[in-house]
Amino acid sequence: MTKIVVAVKYVPDATADRTFSADNTVDRVGVDGLLSELDEYAVEQALQIVEAGDGDVTVLTVGPEQAADAVRKALQMGADAGVHVQDDAIHGSDAFATSLVLAKAIEKLDYDLVVFGMASTDAGLGVVPTLVAERLGLPAVTFASEITVDGDTVKIRRDGDVATQEIEATGKLVLSVTDQTGEARYPSFKGIMAAKKKDVQEWTLEDLGIDAGSVGLDNAWTKVESFEPRPPRTAGEIVTDEGDGGAKLVEFLASKKFV
Amino acid sequence: MTEVLVLIDAVDGKVTKPSLELLTIARRIGEPSAVVFGAADNGVLAEYGAEKIYTFDDAAFGEYLVGPKAEALAQLVSEKSPAAVLAGASTEGKEISARVALKTQSGWIGDAVDVQVAGDTITTTQSVFAGNFTVQAQVSQGTPIITVKPNSTAPEAVTGAGTVEAVTAEISDAAKTAKITSSKEKAASGRPELTEAAIVVSGGRGTGGDFTAVEAFADSLGAAVGASRAAVDSGWYPHTFQVGQTGKTVSPQLYVANGISGAIQHRAGMQTSKTIVAVNKDDEAPIFELVDFGVVGDLKEVLPQATDEIKKRKG
Repeated sequence: MTKIVVAVKYVPDATADRTFSADNTVDRVGVDGLLSELDEYAVEQALQIVEAGDGDVTVLTVGPEQAADAVRKALQMGADAGVHVQDDAIHGSDAFATSLVLAKAIEKLDYDLVVFGMASTDAGLGVVPTLVAERLGLPAVTFASEITVDGDTVKIRRDGDVATQEIEATGKLVLSVTDQTGEARYPSFKGIMAAKKKDVQEWTLEDLGIDAGSVGLDNAWTKVESFEPRPPRTAGEIVTDEGDGGAKLVEFLASKKFV
Repeated sequence: MTEVLVLIDAVDGKVTKPSLELLTIARRIGEPSAVVFGAADNGVLAEYGAEKIYTFDDAAFGEYLVGPKAEALAQLVSEKSPAAVLAGASTEGKEISARVALKTQSGWIGDAVDVQVAGDTITTTQSVFAGNFTVQAQVSQGTPIITVKPNSTAPEAVTGAGTVEAVTAEISDAAKTAKITSSKEKAASGRPELTEAAIVVSGGRGTGGDFTAVEAFADSLGAAVGASRAAVDSGWYPHTFQVGQTGKTVSPQLYVANGISGAIQHRAGMQTSKTIVAVNKDDEAPIFELVDFGVVGDLKEVLPQATDEIKKRKG
């Protein structure tokens, strides 16, 4: 029986014009959002682990009202239950405060494994899984490319920059998974219908016993002072190859001192 | 001058270029002290400005994931009260430093591409949303703990005292629960490391699975080779070389995209490259919106010609 919590994030669509709000936080309201693509792999892995043995999957998110869409998508894929932590005081929280809210919610749930996507598609730092693990006093095996659960032992393959590691852990564990773990399934019609009947709990900071003074923009340990759009690139020179494309390319590289 | 702790990354004792960049940045803030787990070339660290070199030696650092290293570094931060802690924006650099930040109740900044210092104030610059915005941030609590991306500055050699001091730390049992049971090093390609390289030459769907022309061109420039997700998903090139949102983020002086259309996920991984060049048969490929120079043509004709031309020029 493996009880898995999958933490997912509702993010602005990467193909839309993402921007900031007046208070230097990511604009999550004016831009269409969705379940972070990289979190779909986490949901998929959790479902596969449960399908290969026995257990259940609870999907957890922290975010504004619209973030319920991310939970719904995961439920449609097959997760058993959902938790949505929503509280105005959370707005503008940095990765550290977000990890506090997630860790408190996870502690309130009964769990063996916590699974994250490798990074969000907005901030993209990939550090929240580590921070949640630190708060829970657990190891984090991040960027896993293969996971096998055997009783209470979890075996993980991790393809790093210089080496491929095999890791073994027993007991509670935090994982983050890459897109190498396997293609995420699409919700079936049956899954979409079944999701409507699944239980989604809505929790506030009070439910988690978190003081509003320890989260949110005003209490962040790191602050964004300013932001600016990158100046538009000046249009580059484009040539069509007429048998001399390679030579022209090298001429350009030489003019920039690369050759 | 106050001390700045710099977490050093060394592969088989060889200090990586990003670590030398960190030592250079640390000098803007105070006196750099290198922190080494295991062994690193102390001569090189001193040559690039390390006044002190703290060395930790404990089998636990190699046997388990980052837990023990994070505990050790946090203890050193508490003891030394440095002006800042710098680490590389690698997976391990970020994980160790983030845990240290939480343990010491300190603000943390990830993926900085620049660090500016004015008086006691440290301001960092990050590039976000696929390079479409730059943001400036400051730490408002505790010791500023900052991870910096490779190629953020040029390493400058300035001799430091390089005084070696062996230090020890108390490692809890809780930090020793995820055991590394095997570690297989990747075969060296002989090319520069992708995230550190000054020039990256990438191939995508347009290679049709044959990277020969891409690799030959890369070698003529002394460049690293990268691949798009389409090429990796097709099994044409290993995942370790994937550039993009689910692969590596690169920010070289020159990026050459060959047969790559330029999907948003790929652009997220290379858009901050200083100079961008593309070769693609499709003149409507979105990659051409980003380039400083583009060739509409078949990479299998353009690249060999370019490779020959470079060899000729180099004589």
